[in-house]
Amino acid sequence: MRVGLFVPCYIDQMYPDVAVATLELLEGAGLKVEFPAAQTCCGQPMANTGCNDAARPLAARFLDLFDPFDYIVCPSGSCTSMVRNHFSDLVGNDPRLKSIQSRTFELCEFLHDVHPIDFSGNRFPFRVGLHQSCHGLRELRLGGDSEQMIERPDKVRSLLAQVQGLSFVELQRVDECCGFGGTFAVNERAVSVAMGEDRVQDHLDAGAEVMVASDMSCLMHLWGLISRQGSPLAVMHVAQVLAGRSPTVSVKNSIKPKTGNAV
Amino acid sequence: MATVSEHPEKAAAYIADRSRSRWHDGALWFVRSKRDRMAHSLPEWEQLRSTASQIKAHTIANLPEILQQFEANAKARGVHVHWAADAQEHNEIVLEIVRKQNATRVVKSKSMLTEECHLNPHLEAGGIEVIDTDLGERIVQMRGERPSHIVLPAIHIKKEEVGETFAKYLGTEPGASDPQYLTEAARQHLRSKFLEAEVGITGVNFAIAETGGFVVCTNEGNADLGASLPRVHIACMGIEKLIPRLVDLSVFVRLLARSATGQPITTYTSHFHGPRPGCELHIVLVDNGRSRIRDSDEFRSALGCIRCGACMNTCPVFRRSGGHSYDAVVPGPIGSVLSPAADTKQHRSLPYACSLCGSCTDVCPVKIPLHHQLLTWRQQIAAQGLLPVSKTAAMRAGSMLFQHPRIYALAGALGRRALRWLPKSWVYNRANPWGLDRDLPEPPAESFRSWWQTNRQGTSVDEGMKSKEAKNGK
Repeated sequence: MRVGLFVPCYIDQMYPDVAVATLELLEGAGLKVEFPAAQTCCGQPMANTGCNDAARPLAARFLDLFDPFDYIVCPSGSCTSMVRNHFSDLVGNDPRLKSIQSRTFELCEFLHDVHPIDFSGNRFPFRVGLHQSCHGLRELRLGGDSEQMIERPDKVRSLLAQVQGLSFVELQRVDECCGFGGTFAVNERAVSVAMGEDRVQDHLDAGAEVMVASDMSCLMHLWGLISRQGSPLAVMHVAQVLAGRSPTVSVKNSIKPKTGNAV
Repeated sequence: MATVSEHPEKAAAYIADRSRSRWHDGALWFVRSKRDRMAHSLPEWEQLRSTASQIKAHTIANLPEILQQFEANAKARGVHVHWAADAQEHNEIVLEIVRKQNATRVVKSKSMLTEECHLNPHLEAGGIEVIDTDLGERIVQMRGERPSHIVLPAIHIKKEEVGETFAKYLGTEPGASDPQYLTEAARQHLRSKFLEAEVGITGVNFAIAETGGFVVCTNEGNADLGASLPRVHIACMGIEKLIPRLVDLSVFVRLLARSATGQPITTYTSHFHGPRPGCELHIVLVDNGRSRIRDSDEFRSALGCIRCGACMNTCPVFRRSGGHSYDAVVPGPIGSVLSPAADTKQHRSLPYACSLCGSCTDVCPVKIPLHHQLLTWRQQIAAQGLLPVSKTAAMRAGSMLFQHPRIYALAGALGRRALRWLPKSWVYNRANPWGLDRDLPEPPAESFRSWWQTNRQGTSVDEGMKSKEAKNGK
C-alpha cells in the first residue's frame, strides 16, 4: 500500500515539523509513505478568491502527482476539503477526480477511520484547548458542530483523548471560527484580527496551556496574535502532539517587548 | 448612480470601537446560544430542516402554478391581488391604494420587502406619513437609519442611545435608559399613531396557496393592530414567501422563531383570510429580481430563505462588523448572496466578507448552502472582471509560482531567509497588512521538501535545491 503525503505549501515552507510529525505517525504505523516532491499548492488561495483560472492548473497538477497512491494523507482539513469538495469546480471532467477524492484523507480522519493507531502510550501533561478548525469540522465533518443537532464522532478530540496526562479545557464557544480564512485574513484584516483575538481570549480564559488544532493555517493566524500580545499560550498541530513533541512558547519574532513565559 | 461599497473599510470603522463591537458580538451570540438550546430541545430538528428545505425546493420549482393557485384562492376570499414586477411598480401600487382612500397616515409593521423597495421615501414623497410600528424599526426610523438586522433592526443601538433618541422625539426624561420606561413611552406614542392611521401595511411571513390566506409573525402585536384598526390593510410580499399547503406551515412556524430568537414560537402568529366586513385587504406580490434568482442554478435555493436572521446571528463577521457594514437592505450571509444578485458591482465586496467557516450553512433552517453560494459569487465576480487587478494579478502570479516547483522552492528559501535577516522595519510596515497586528511565523531553517531529501533520499524534481536550502539554513 502506497501512501502519498500531501503537504500544504505553507506547512512545507513554514512548519516543516508538522509534516515530519505526520510522516512519523504514518511510518510508525507501518505504512510506506512517499512525498511527491513536485507538489506545491492545491490552489485553494486562488479558488477561494474566485480565480478559478489560476487554480485550475494547480488542481490538475495535483491529480497527476497523487493519482498513483492508494491513500493521500494531509495534515490539514482545509486543503483536504479543497480536494474533496471543491476540485470538481476546477477539474470536474477529469475521470480520475472521483477516485482521488475518495482516497484523500485529513490526517485525523485517516488515523480514526482508515488506519487506527493506539496513542495510549503517549504522554502530554498539559491543559489543551482544542481549536476545531472550520473546514475540518463543517466540510469534512471531523466532528459534530454546535449548529447542527447531529451526533458525530469527534475524530480529532478522540485521538488526543487517548494521550495520557492530556486534559481538555472547556471553551465558551466550542467551534467559533478563528478568523483566518485565507486571503480573508488580509482582505478583511479588522474582522479577522477581532475574531482571532476573541478566539485566543477564550482559550486563555479557559486556562489552556496549549492550543491544539488540526489546521496549521488557523494556528499561524492565532500564534501571530499570541506572539504579538505576548500571551502565555503555546500552539501545536495535532500531529505534533500525537508524535510526542513538547510545547514551546515563543515570542521571538515579536516587535513588542516579550512578556510570554515558557509553559 | 450607486457607489461601490466596500465591506472591509466599513467593518474596520465599526471595529475601531472595540468595546462596541464586542458588545454587539456578545448580544448576538446570546441569541444564537438561545437558538442552540431551543434547537436541541427538538429531537426532530434536523428532520424539520430537511422537510422545510424540500418544501421550499418544491415551491420554487413550481412557483408559477403555486402563485396562480394562491391568487385564485385569495381572490375568492375577497382579497385584492396585485402583481409588481419591480420595486418601482410595488411602490406605485401601494401609493395608489393609499391615495384612493384619500389617506395621509399609514402605519407599517416590519417588512423587509418594503425596505428592499424603499417604500417609505416613496410614500413620504407622495405626502403620506409612514410610521414604522415595530419598536426597533421605529427607533431606527427616528434616527434616520436603516435596520442593521432583519429580525433585530436596532440591535446595534444601546439602550442609553434609545433614551437619547426618545428624549429628542418623544419628550422622555433626558438620560433615561430603563427599558420598561422607554418601552412604555414608545407604546403610548405608537398607540396614538395606530388610532390615527387610515391604512395599515404589513409584511407576510408565509402565504398559503391552498387556502389563499397568509400569516404574519411578530413579537409585539403591532402588525395585528396595524391590520385591525385601519379600514384598509395592504400586505406586501415577495413571491418566494409562498408555501403550498396549510400543513406545511407547521414546519416553518416551528423553525422560524427558534432560528430567529430562540423562542418556541413568535408571540403573535396571525392568520389573515380575507377582509373584515366593510374593509379592504390588498396583497401585493413582488418579483423584483426573484425570478432571475429562480432561473440561476447556483443561487435558486437562496429563495427558500424565511428571513429568520439565524445566519446573521451566527456569522462571526456580522457579529463583529455590525449590519450596517454590509451597506445592503439584507445584510449578513444571506444578504451577501442576495445583494450581488441585485447589483453585482455595487455589492462585489460582500461575498468576500466571509471566512468561509460554514456556520451559516449549518444553522440555516432551510439548508441554503450559504457559504458555498458565497464562494460561487466570488467565482462570478472574478469572471466578470470585478476584482481589483492587484488581486487577480497576485493570484495569477501565485499560480505561476506553484506550477514551477523549483522556482517555488527557491522563492520559499529566499523568503524564509529574508524573514530571518531583514530588519523588522522592512518586514513590519504598512505594505504588510498581516504584520500590522500579527507576528509572522518564525521561519524554519529548511523546508519539509529539503528535510525529506536529506533524510529520506527521495528522488524528486527538486534535486539541486538541497544544497541551496542547506546553505540557507544555519
